[in-house]
Amino acid sequence: MPGTYIPWDYVPVMIVFAFAVMIGLGALVGGLLVRPRRPYAQKLAPYESGNPPVGEPRYKFSVKFYIVAMLFVVFDVEAVFMYPWAVAFDKLGMFGFIEMMLFIFILLVGYIYVWKKGAFVWE
Amino acid sequence: MTVHQLIFIYFAIAMTGISLLVVTRRNPVHSVLFMLVLFVHIAALYLFLNAEFLAAVQIIVYAGAIMVLFLFVIMLLNLRREETEEKFHRQWPVSAGAVAVLAVFFIMIVSKIVVLPALGEYSIDAIRSEGSIMTVGKVLFTKYLLPFEIASIILLVAIIGAIVLAKKSTNS
Amino acid sequence: MTFSLVLWTFIKVAIVVSILMLHVSYVVYFERKVIGHMQARMGPMRVGWHGLLQPIADAIKLFFKEDIMPSQADKSIFYIAPIIGVLAAIGSIAVIPMWDGFAIANINIGLLFILALSSVGSYSIILAGWASNSKYSFLGGLRSAAQVISYEIAMGLSLVGIMLLSGSANLTDIVHAQSDYWFIFTQPAAFFVFVVAIIAETNRAPFDLPEAETELVAGYATEYSGIRFGLFFMAEYAGMFIMSALAVVCFLGGWDGPDIRLLAWVPGFVWFILKVYAFIFFYFWIRATLPRYRYDQLMSLGWKLFIPLALANVVFTALLKLL
Repeated sequence: MPGTYIPWDYVPVMIVFAFAVMIGLGALVGGLLVRPRRPYAQKLAPYESGNPPVGEPRYKFSVKFYIVAMLFVVFDVEAVFMYPWAVAFDKLGMFGFIEMMLFIFILLVGYIYVWKKGAFVWE
Repeated sequence: MTVHQLIFIYFAIAMTGISLLVVTRRNPVHSVLFMLVLFVHIAALYLFLNAEFLAAVQIIVYAGAIMVLFLFVIMLLNLRREETEEKFHRQWPVSAGAVAVLAVFFIMIVSKIVVLPALGEYSIDAIRSEGSIMTVGKVLFTKYLLPFEIASIILLVAIIGAIVLAKKSTNS
Repeated sequence: MTFSLVLWTFIKVAIVVSILMLHVSYVVYFERKVIGHMQARMGPMRVGWHGLLQPIADAIKLFFKEDIMPSQADKSIFYIAPIIGVLAAIGSIAVIPMWDGFAIANINIGLLFILALSSVGSYSIILAGWASNSKYSFLGGLRSAAQVISYEIAMGLSLVGIMLLSGSANLTDIVHAQSDYWFIFTQPAAFFVFVVAIIAETNRAPFDLPEAETELVAGYATEYSGIRFGLFFMAEYAGMFIMSALAVVCFLGGWDGPDIRLLAWVPGFVWFILKVYAFIFFYFWIRATLPRYRYDQLMSLGWKLFIPLALANVVFTALLKLL
């Protein structure tokens, strides 16, 4: 039930996070006092090797990037399934092994399909 | 009211607030950023159930993988146009009213029906004795064997779907 | 947990994080010296004896530099992006066990915690690239995103073998499981995949395409200046320390020293730090030796070689363990 247990083990983690944010913000805010601030239009323009910027900076990119992102989601989920399996492997024994082999086999079919379709070819 | 409950109330309120921020931002990349914060809160809520593994998965899969995919898609949108357009239709007060009425009904119904269930087999103390990952591993690969194998089929479908959809657009 | 315990944790964190910050500034010096000597140069020599004060001079300089906010940038995201990077890189130090019984937080999912934070860290670069509103930054951010997510799977899968052998995801348990022999000897394939994956994760040469100074100016960091640029630097070098420490903990026996009676008095922390710096030296060595990969080579290498190799290693390890 929520609200009955506090994960004390994670309190130090929170403290580390607090320190990290303090370092990040501290550097930015502390620098505010000492650094100069003399902006003008040319200085604030996007860097384009000295030329005036041309066109849209955020343009449409190759669909390959979406394929990579989608495959990443799928294979990441696969890897996540393997973590508890690996940790509990001793308790699961042969049965668990066969189960995971079946799982890997099914995904391997997908992997080979992706390969054959040329999704890993970057021209 | 104990400290435990106060923490829980914080998470409940914060998560609702952040969710509202996610859907009302005009710039979709800001929505993504708030969603990232929301996922971190959800992960922390899992920790309060001693479900450490779920908390890690919440970050690895949702924050780390699915949100990156979202971000890629959003980067493709022409944000210049999105930002200048009207944020809401003129009818939005009407729908907000409808949502409010529905919410009142929902709360009334839920408060009548829902009885808190007895603690299950995998209580906070039971998980603590052998660790969250071990518990998940043992249950997932014995009791929930079939859903696990079905998950692999679903993932296979996802792979094939991704390729079919993307390939079509590269040919044209 | 009482108040004094929280206070004690606070002090512990303060010490460890300050040492990490000191490391970050001096590892840059270390890198410049190592690369310099490998290229038959001297490296920094001017500030202090053999340039020893160079990192301090650099930090002060960055602090006093103007912080430029490009006019077209998305301000809030431009502000937040480097802080996410620093948070993810420094946050991971919480679970690294430095000697027996010392980790700031000894949690059961230590390994997954680092994986989770490293995936959050990739946002810092994507968002920085997007928010800068510059072509170079955008390309750098995009490349980094695709690269990091491709190699994250290989990294995760290579660590499954470690979890199989040690039966735990707790980093202290993993070191204890290596008391007989280090996992580098039983998991050489996983170690190879892991090393390549962490070099790609931390965007270091030969996989430094996101910043590739010869083609993308400075990649995702092109529009960043002053201390804000320094924060990205901090995140990168802290990330290197974390990943090296993870390699030491998972494959090189952690704080475990050689079994020689003469050296028994040496504390475990010394061995740990020596191994971490040996690994960081290895990072620099690779940078000085290998040319940068081309983008398509990098991606197909990740998907066609490292992921299948890591998967095969998992199957093989499980099979061996069963027999």
